Order: sequence, then structure tokens, then C-alpha cells
Amino acid sequence: MASGSTASAAHHDHNYLNHEKGLWSWLTTLDHKRIGILYFITVALFFLVGGIFALLIRTELFSSGQTIMTADDYTRSMTYHGAIMVFFVIIPGIPAFLGNFFLPMQIGAKDVAFPRLNLLSWYCLIGGAAVALTSLAFGGADTGWTFYTPYSISMKPAVIWMVMGAFIAGFSSILTGLNFVVTTHKLRAPGMTMNRIPLFVWALYSTAIIQVLATPVLAITLLLLAAENIFGIGFFDPALGGDPVLFQHFFWFYSHPAVYIMILPAFGVISELITAFSRKTIFGYTAIAYSSLAIAAVSFFVWGHHMFVSGQSEWAGVVFSFLTMLVGVPTAIKLFNWMATLYKGSINLSAPMLYALGFMFLFTIGGVTGIFLATIATDVHFHDTYFVVAHFHYVMVGGTLMAIMGGIFYWFPKMFGKLVNDTVARWSFFFIFMGFNVTFFPQFVLGSMGMPRRYFDYLPEYEYLNQLSTIGAYMIGIGFVIGGWAVIQGLLNGKPSGPNPWGAKTLEWTTASPPPHENFIQQPIVTAGPYEYR
Amino acid sequence: MSTAKTGSGYHHAHHYDSAEHEYVSSKQGVWLFLCTEILMFGGLFVGYAIFHHIYPEIFKVGSKFTDWRLGAANTVVLLGSSFTMALGIYYSQKKEQSKAVAMLAITILCGAIFMGIKYIEYSHKIHLGLLPGSWYTADPASLVKYVGDMEIPSNLPMYFSFYYMMTGIHGIHVLVGMGLIAWVMIRAMKGEFGPHYYTPVEGVGLFWHLVDLVWIYLFPLLYLVS
Repeated sequence: MASGSTASAAHHDHNYLNHEKGLWSWLTTLDHKRIGILYFITVALFFLVGGIFALLIRTELFSSGQTIMTADDYTRSMTYHGAIMVFFVIIPGIPAFLGNFFLPMQIGAKDVAFPRLNLLSWYCLIGGAAVALTSLAFGGADTGWTFYTPYSISMKPAVIWMVMGAFIAGFSSILTGLNFVVTTHKLRAPGMTMNRIPLFVWALYSTAIIQVLATPVLAITLLLLAAENIFGIGFFDPALGGDPVLFQHFFWFYSHPAVYIMILPAFGVISELITAFSRKTIFGYTAIAYSSLAIAAVSFFVWGHHMFVSGQSEWAGVVFSFLTMLVGVPTAIKLFNWMATLYKGSINLSAPMLYALGFMFLFTIGGVTGIFLATIATDVHFHDTYFVVAHFHYVMVGGTLMAIMGGIFYWFPKMFGKLVNDTVARWSFFFIFMGFNVTFFPQFVLGSMGMPRRYFDYLPEYEYLNQLSTIGAYMIGIGFVIGGWAVIQGLLNGKPSGPNPWGAKTLEWTTASPPPHENFIQQPIVTAGPYEYR
Repeated sequence: MSTAKTGSGYHHAHHYDSAEHEYVSSKQGVWLFLCTEILMFGGLFVGYAIFHHIYPEIFKVGSKFTDWRLGAANTVVLLGSSFTMALGIYYSQKKEQSKAVAMLAITILCGAIFMGIKYIEYSHKIHLGLLPGSWYTADPASLVKYVGDMEIPSNLPMYFSFYYMMTGIHGIHVLVGMGLIAWVMIRAMKGEFGPHYYTPVEGVGLFWHLVDLVWIYLFPLLYLVS
């Protein structure tokens, strides 16, 4: 580390941010760090749009009956909230932004294996988003982000645009995954064996395998859905002899592994944060690394739990129920190892660590309620109620978004060479964490009381808990505004951070902040594991 | 893969140690891409298997409208093109430029013949109104000479949905493959390839073999199934 900072002093002003200048140099950049920043900006903008739709939904649900919009507009808001958040925020969120920036740095590489494909992946995301949002000009899609047939094959052009947008965005995900698998295999620095790569890289690698193997199935599913709309090919249309449940099988064959595309990278971020802010070697490195691969493997065999009540055979249901519970094992292995890492650590409660601890708390609730839903007997009651909504928001927001926020505040000094005001960042955590529980915990209760999801209206007896939930949503909104302010303030007025403000041990912290064009002045030689604290 | 490719005139990208390093990485990337292609076509094959199980009769009757001779001719054309593609890679490695370019040109020509035969088949079916799904307009009387006394099942259009989706997506891959081969052929004309650098030709070749392989499955499933 010492040699890294001396080297950086010599090249003090030369870094990836000023290596080239002008907007054009950013739009044509092949530098993985700059592409990571492009993804940061893009994902942040889509998060803002998806978040506004979320607040519109919650505002409408503040009171029973019509509050601010019609039932049709409500259904559209719900669709755009889901589709934008899933396809354009959470899926690219960690891999394509933080992963792009830090995977090559953590393994001591100069770039990803295929920089041009990396840039192309960003254009695929932008192009996909443009096509998807064109659907607004055709009255807007109202199918929900899952595009279930037969409703989605009613020849509405808006649905076709939305579906093709998701299809194009899928290539972005495939290209990122392909790049990460090859980069991890082929571009590790000398001495960086597979048992020395940081756990963030292990998580991204496991994610990348899912991205490469599952996304093509979504591609053909969406293509068939578009063809169903245009040609009436009949595969999914019961009127033409097709099977709408087949669409659900196809869709979830991708989209269930896809939830691990969303959460596995978050596990990776949390592994980095917990060990860095406990100042202690991670407990159970091997177990955490291989549990990522185990989750990736099992993820392909659990899709049927979305169809317990869709008419699939009971035997299939039993097998899928069992396999789904199996996912709980490697996930619990991770959580227990993180807890063991905290034990007797010198815990530093900076904002990134608060987010990591918040993740552990919320994700555990999200995970355990997942077991409720994996159990067929209880799922028959909870299916399509707010219990499911609460469960996956605990996993996706309480899990992935907390990890993104923690990761942003952890790596901000490395990305921009400046410090974020920790107090402001902690306030953002406070509002998001509190607001999150106020929003979604009542939804567990509402769901078990039987309130159905996706509906524009509800019975008056659900009103009190819905009002609580809406107030919580505004708190989350305030939290993200504070978080965004912390980032902007850090960019404009942040104090210089130096190469390693947290005293972390992984390779990216040995080079200057912001990193030079090719990441390291000299090729790093690795002689030890990633978390040599004590 | 075992031949040393370092020390040549080719300059590898800045983030690789050597041309050899770049070559093995690129090849791994191509193989991963081929995995995505297999999974994408896999969706169609699964759909085929399921509906063949539910409605075997539509495939039996539908395949009567395909001409196995044209399908077999296309199979031979594509298999031959895989051979010339492999020779194109071989001559690129040997830096026998004119032979490499000739082989790649023959491969493109084979692709064009394949698409030409497909065009004949498509126009014949479109003429009869044998279109996919709800676009199907065939007059049952005009179909008698193809199916004889077989009964025409009511959801026969679904067979044509499979026929057009599978051969259509495959056909797009043939066109993309022809474009890619043209790209490496132009680079071969400029003399860019030799024993030290032939990664693009080999990558495009792998893709072309996959396109060929998919057709090997489509031919019996759509033409010979009755």
C-alpha cells in the first residue's frame, strides 16, 4: 500500500477523470471506470423516475377510493415502477455500475476483457430504455412488469414497445455478464488466485453466470410475446390452443434467477463492507465464496414457486417448494459468517457500515418471509397479497438498494478522490431505514389480512395501515434526497480523501484516488488474501 | 491454442499481456456467447417439444407442406459451408491469403444459396396462405393435394408459427453470419491475418458452425417429423 501511495503522488493530477476531456470522450470511452460512471448516472436517473412512480402509487393508496388518479393510470404507474426498477435500476445497479468500476481493480486488471462490448452494453441499456419509454406515446403499458398472458397479448402497441425495450436491455445484461466471466478467469494479476479474489468479485462472477445463462431465455420469451402480439402465433394464447402457463414457466425461468442477479452482487458489497468496517478478516471466506455459486446453481431450479396456484402439478409444486427452501441454506451461511465477522471486530459505524448492518437486518426479514411463501400451504393464502409485495421489497430495497447505497458511500472516495460528509450520509440511512420499515412492515400485516396486491382500491378497514405505509414511502423519498445531496455535496466540496480513507485491504485501495487511466502505475503482484486485517 | 503467437506484428490491446493472452480470452468470450445462443434457441425447442406432445397431429400434417428435398439441399449447402469456413480459418492461420479469401467467399455464397432456397420455400407457403397464427388464410380446398385424405387440424396455424419463428430466427442468424464473414473476408484481403493473429476468423467460424448445427436440428423437426 505504501508503494502505491508514493507512486500516486508522482502522478498526482493524472487520473481517469481527466485522462481525456469533453462529453464526446465520455460517450466513446472504453475505460471500465468511465463506463461505470455512465451507468451510475443512468441508473440514478432511472431510479428517480421509478421512485416518482412509487410515490404516485403510494399517494393514490393513501385513502380508499380514488385519491389522485384513475384506476387505469394507477395500473400504468405500477407497471412503469416495476419495469423501470427491475430492468433499468436493480439489474444493472450493482454489476454494471460498481462492478464495472471495481471488478477489474479488485483483481489487479487494467480493464475488463472486452471494453468495446462494455460500452455497447451501456448503449443497449439506453436504447432499451428509449424503446420501453416510447410505449408511453401509445397510451402506456398496463400489464405489470411480468407481462402475463393472455392480458399482455391483446394487440396493444404499448405492450410491444415495452417488451422490445426489455429485450434490448437484456443484451446489456448479457454483455456485462460475459465480460465479467472472462475478466475474472483471464485478467487476474499475478498471484491473484481464485482463492484470493475479493468476495465482491466472487459474487459478481456468480451473478455473471446467471446473466449469461438465463437472460437469453428472457430474450426468446419476450420475442415470442411480441410475435404473439403481432402474428398471433398462439403459443401463449388459450384461444389459439396455446398455454398461458407456459409463458409463466418461460418468464420465471429467467426472472427467478434474475432476482439473484439483483441480490448476489449486493451480498458481495456487504461482504466487503462488513470486513472493512469491522477491521477484521472475514469469517468463512470459502463458505461465502462458494455459497454465491451455490445460490447461482440452485436459482435455476426454483422458478415454479411463482406458479403454486397457476395450475402446475402438485408434485412439481412440492419439488419447487423444497428446492426454494434450499436457497435459504447458502443465504443463511452468508449471514452467519457476516455476524461471526462482526464478533469482536473494531466496528466503525460510518455510513457505509450502517447501510451494511441495515441490510443484514432487513434482508433477514425478507429472506425468512420468503420461506413463508415457499411453503405451499401458506402461499395459497399469501399469494397475490401485499405479503408478497412486502417480502420482495424487503429483499430488493432492504437488500439490494441498501447495498448500493452502502457501496456508493464506501467507494465514493476511490471513485472521485473526495470524502462524503458522513453525518449527512448517516441521516440518509436513518430516513431510508426507518421509512422503509414504516412503509413495508404494515404491508406484511395487510397481506396476511388478505389485501390483494396490484389493486387500485381497497376496503376501508385497510386504510389505517395504508396511510402508515404511504407516510413511510415519503420518508424513504426524503432519505434518498438526502443521500443524493450527500453525493452532490461530496462531488462539489468534498475534502480530498487520499488513496485509502477506510484503511481497507483489497487491491483497489492500493492505487491513487481517483485511479489513474490503467488503474495501477505498476502491475500489482499479489502475495496474500484480500482481507489481511488481523 | 498451443502455438505461440507472441512477437508478431499484431499489437494486442493494452490490457492484455500478450497476443496469446488476448486470443484465449476472446475465444472464451465467443464460447460464452454461443452458450447464450443455445439457451435462446433452447426456448424454441422446449416450446416445440411441449406442443408436439399436446398436438402431434399438427406437426404431422404441417410437415406435409415442407419439401424434404429443399430442406436436404439446404442441409448439404450449410454443411458444405461449415467445411469451407473451417478451411478459411486454416488458410488464414497459414497466411495463404488468396485461398482464405476464396474459402470465405464460398462460405458467404453458400449462405446466400441457403437464403435463396428459403425464399422459394417461404413464397410457396405464403402463396398458399400458410402463414403463422392468426395470419393464416389458407383455403382448405387448395391443401388437399398436399395432405391427401388426412384431416386438417383446426390449430394447424400453430405449426406454421413454429416453422416461421424457428426458421426465421435461424435465417436472421444466417444473414448476420454472412455479414460477419464478409467483415473478416475484407480484413483477410487486407492481409491482417496470419499465424500470429486470426482470432476474428476463428470466432466468426465458431458462430457459423453453431448456425449450421441449429439447422441440423431444425431440418428433421420441421421437415421429416411426419
